[in-house]
Amino acid sequence: MSKKKVHPYIPNSVPEIKAQMLEEIGVSTIDELYEDIPEDLRFKGKMNLPEPFLSEYDLKKHVNQILAKNQTCQENLSFLGGDCWQHYVPAICDEINQRSEFLTAYAGEPYEDHGRFQALFEYASMMGELLDMDVVNVPTYDWGQAASTSIRMAARITKRTEVLIAESISPDRLSIIRNYCKPVIKIQLVKFDKETGKINIADLKEKISSSTAAIYFENPSYLGCIEDQGKIIADITHTHGALSLVGVDPISLGVLIPPSNYGADIICGDIQGLGVHMQYGGSLAGFIATRDEEQYVMEYPSRLFGITTTAVEGEHGFGDVTYDRTSFHDRIEGKEFIGTASALWGITAGVYLALAGPHGMKDLGQLILQKSQYAIKKFSEVKGISIPFSLSSHFKEFVVDFSDSGKTVDEINKALLEKGIFGGKDISSEFPELGNCAVYCVTEIHSKEDIDRLTQTVNEFLNEEGI
Amino acid sequence: MSRKIKARNFHQAKWDEPVIFELSNKGERGILFPEIEKEIEQIIGDGISSLPKNMIREQLPNLPELSQMQVLKHFLRMSQQTLGADFNVDIGQGTCTMKYSPKINEKFATDPKFTELHPSQDESTVQGILEIIYKLDLYLREISGLDKFTFQPGGGSQAIFAIASIIQAHHEANGEADKRNEIITTMFSHPSDAAAPVVKGYNIINIYPNEDGLPAVEALKTAVSERTAGLLITNPEDTGIFNPKIKEFTKIVHEFSGVCGYDQANANGILGITRAKEAGFDLCFFNLHKTFSSPHGCGGPAAGALGATEEFTKYLPIPLVEFDGDKYFFNNEVPNSIGKVRAFYGVVPAILKAYSWIMSLGSEGLREVAEIAVLNNNYLLKKVLELRGASAPYAEGRHRIEQVRYSWDELYKETGITTEDITCRMVDFGFHMWSSHHPFIVPQPFTLEPTESYSKAEIDEYIAGLKKVVEEAYENPELVKTAPHRSVVHKIDYEPLDDPDRWAITWRAHLKKNK
Repeated sequence: MSKKKVHPYIPNSVPEIKAQMLEEIGVSTIDELYEDIPEDLRFKGKMNLPEPFLSEYDLKKHVNQILAKNQTCQENLSFLGGDCWQHYVPAICDEINQRSEFLTAYAGEPYEDHGRFQALFEYASMMGELLDMDVVNVPTYDWGQAASTSIRMAARITKRTEVLIAESISPDRLSIIRNYCKPVIKIQLVKFDKETGKINIADLKEKISSSTAAIYFENPSYLGCIEDQGKIIADITHTHGALSLVGVDPISLGVLIPPSNYGADIICGDIQGLGVHMQYGGSLAGFIATRDEEQYVMEYPSRLFGITTTAVEGEHGFGDVTYDRTSFHDRIEGKEFIGTASALWGITAGVYLALAGPHGMKDLGQLILQKSQYAIKKFSEVKGISIPFSLSSHFKEFVVDFSDSGKTVDEINKALLEKGIFGGKDISSEFPELGNCAVYCVTEIHSKEDIDRLTQTVNEFLNEEGI
Repeated sequence: MSRKIKARNFHQAKWDEPVIFELSNKGERGILFPEIEKEIEQIIGDGISSLPKNMIREQLPNLPELSQMQVLKHFLRMSQQTLGADFNVDIGQGTCTMKYSPKINEKFATDPKFTELHPSQDESTVQGILEIIYKLDLYLREISGLDKFTFQPGGGSQAIFAIASIIQAHHEANGEADKRNEIITTMFSHPSDAAAPVVKGYNIINIYPNEDGLPAVEALKTAVSERTAGLLITNPEDTGIFNPKIKEFTKIVHEFSGVCGYDQANANGILGITRAKEAGFDLCFFNLHKTFSSPHGCGGPAAGALGATEEFTKYLPIPLVEFDGDKYFFNNEVPNSIGKVRAFYGVVPAILKAYSWIMSLGSEGLREVAEIAVLNNNYLLKKVLELRGASAPYAEGRHRIEQVRYSWDELYKETGITTEDITCRMVDFGFHMWSSHHPFIVPQPFTLEPTESYSKAEIDEYIAGLKKVVEEAYENPELVKTAPHRSVVHKIDYEPLDDPDRWAITWRAHLKKNK
């Protein structure tokens, strides 16, 4: 450090302390402690890093200046969704996940970290109620990982290596799954019906076989359609000895029935919408849920926290359930692998579900349904715009087709951006067969005024000269 | 220093807090959402009746019902029953690099200028955060010597999985993927260095440590062949012993056209001292939640920063963040990309915190971090070896890098007290003490890592805690065996957790099984 100041993060830089410790160790320089690193492996140069901001004030000024270059969804009006969602975050969610205790704990024992175990057990318990399932994992990285692991679990349970995936899945998620399954599991896509966005049952029947481990579909799909054939799909799947895997948006489950009620064997999804800020897509967390059957439980790679008793009557204790199945216990035979992922967002989602309660989740779901249906209605009144899959219902996301307007989504979104609006996600290259389309996302944070402003601005751009 | 250092007369918060379902009162509400506008309701109706009949949830989820302050109180009590690094001298969770996570960095990561960004926004609206991602890439290039970083992996294990995927993609590009079906690793590397490649269909060759605690060059020579896809190795390993032959390892594996991946999840003792490049690696990764100070969050959010040499950049997951001299942008044109391992661009809050941490230290500061971490560790080593019944297997008389895997084997043989017993008793003094990853190659293991964050006085306090427990083990073993006594709960009954008829992973399962 330039002026030999003692860095606030490094207490034993104080020269007297350093000297005392070196003496205690019995060496005269720190370099002697690196005796095992040979000369030719020593880095001789100086890392070309910027001069540091040693004062906290200077650091704050520097980082804030960079962050100031961002334009946020709070300063603008955003309709972006598709794997990351802008929902209202209750103040208490932030309060809890910023608590030093939760923020800086890690991997302690079920004694001194009792609260961590209990909070994550409660998260799983509340998710279990929402999903109507008895087993939920400690969160994994994101929905993509949760779906990938669900597929791997199904393959191990059925001892089969082929999987069918509904084509209406998020392309990014499909990319994650493809890499995760390669080269062990073969993936085949099942078409969706062009009118409804739902799974094409005839195509499913054609492709399913006695080699199929599972079908995976999402509800609502990436294209926003609610799949109401879940039971039919599950029946076909089960007839072939395969499993039904469903990815779901948990925030929809106050109004929509959970996939377990239409035959899903494994459910997965993302909890970011439950009380976690978007953080540029950096705050995702995946869940996996199943029935409480040994053959399912034993296939989870995740930590599973369970409740138990202690030496003192009436005391709740918590701990790892079947720890021996994890790769922490057995690095070769363990199920897939386990590592640090997204626990803090699990605790946060637990806070969210506790705040919302059964009636809050219903109110919220209903509010989102009403607002998104209103937005669909307003969009469909704009000349040059159509709403595909009109025979289907939607939850919070829906596709808007601009093909008849003569303008590309990119052009429209650029025009909206000038007016402080982030238009829907451009899917014209992800789903070229649909034409010039975007996925719009409407949640409880959007007012009637916001939706009117969006559709009016689009209408002005498409249908009025000289905007 | 006038204060005499001794173990504290500690007692953890004990609220005897019920499970949240036990606190539920019908009708209470924790939060209300906006009312629907009348105009929308008039046009749309209730929103629900237009759903397909078979999709409408009639039975509300059986979530608990609590008012707002009651929810807050419940979670705050649970937080008090959790021993975060901000509270204890957190040197007992070795390999985890428990260091100070600066609060100013939390301020940045909770600023709406960051939290309210959606990952699909137009590039022109996210130049600030892209600048931070790109510059952290530049800084890690300096720290590792490699040529390009992606931050997509959501943790160290996912980074290892991505490396295994890249190794496979590389051999596929050379038409050798089928033939090269083995990954070599070592027993003192992280378990995921073996477990993640298994998911990619690899057979694993585990090299056990020799009497010096190191994987022997001879053992590698026996393991390597034309079937070798690659090497995944931690260095220094969990023992804190630096493998001085590491360059020979990469040379041997390269001679057989294998790919070398360096697990630098914990690089806390070697920042600015030695790098992946000079050791001959093609790929490496750092955990931003370990070395680079992003907090551990009870087990995530985490981030694995994955670096590649120029030759291997073409396999990295998409998109990469680039700079054209004027603006930052996403590059999706990565010819042999493995695709994606996680959604979007990774755990961006961890990226932001790591960036800020590096900017608060600079080149000399990072080196100081490493040097003081090593100083602290060797000081601790000296003190632990003075404890009755404790030892540090392997490399006797040598210094270690950032951590040490110790053993209580002698103490166990003399008293019957196990590592687990001591862990439980250390809790009574406000400390963690972690054993090690399985399998326990070192008998009765414990792993300590005193990072740069702890003062000498704090390290002395931890030692005082260990000393106290050791004395008890010899004089009053029952006290240790029945610990903890001053923690949140008492000895747990683990058996139900492994019994399908009794385990309960949710409250509803508990109610069904334990009426």
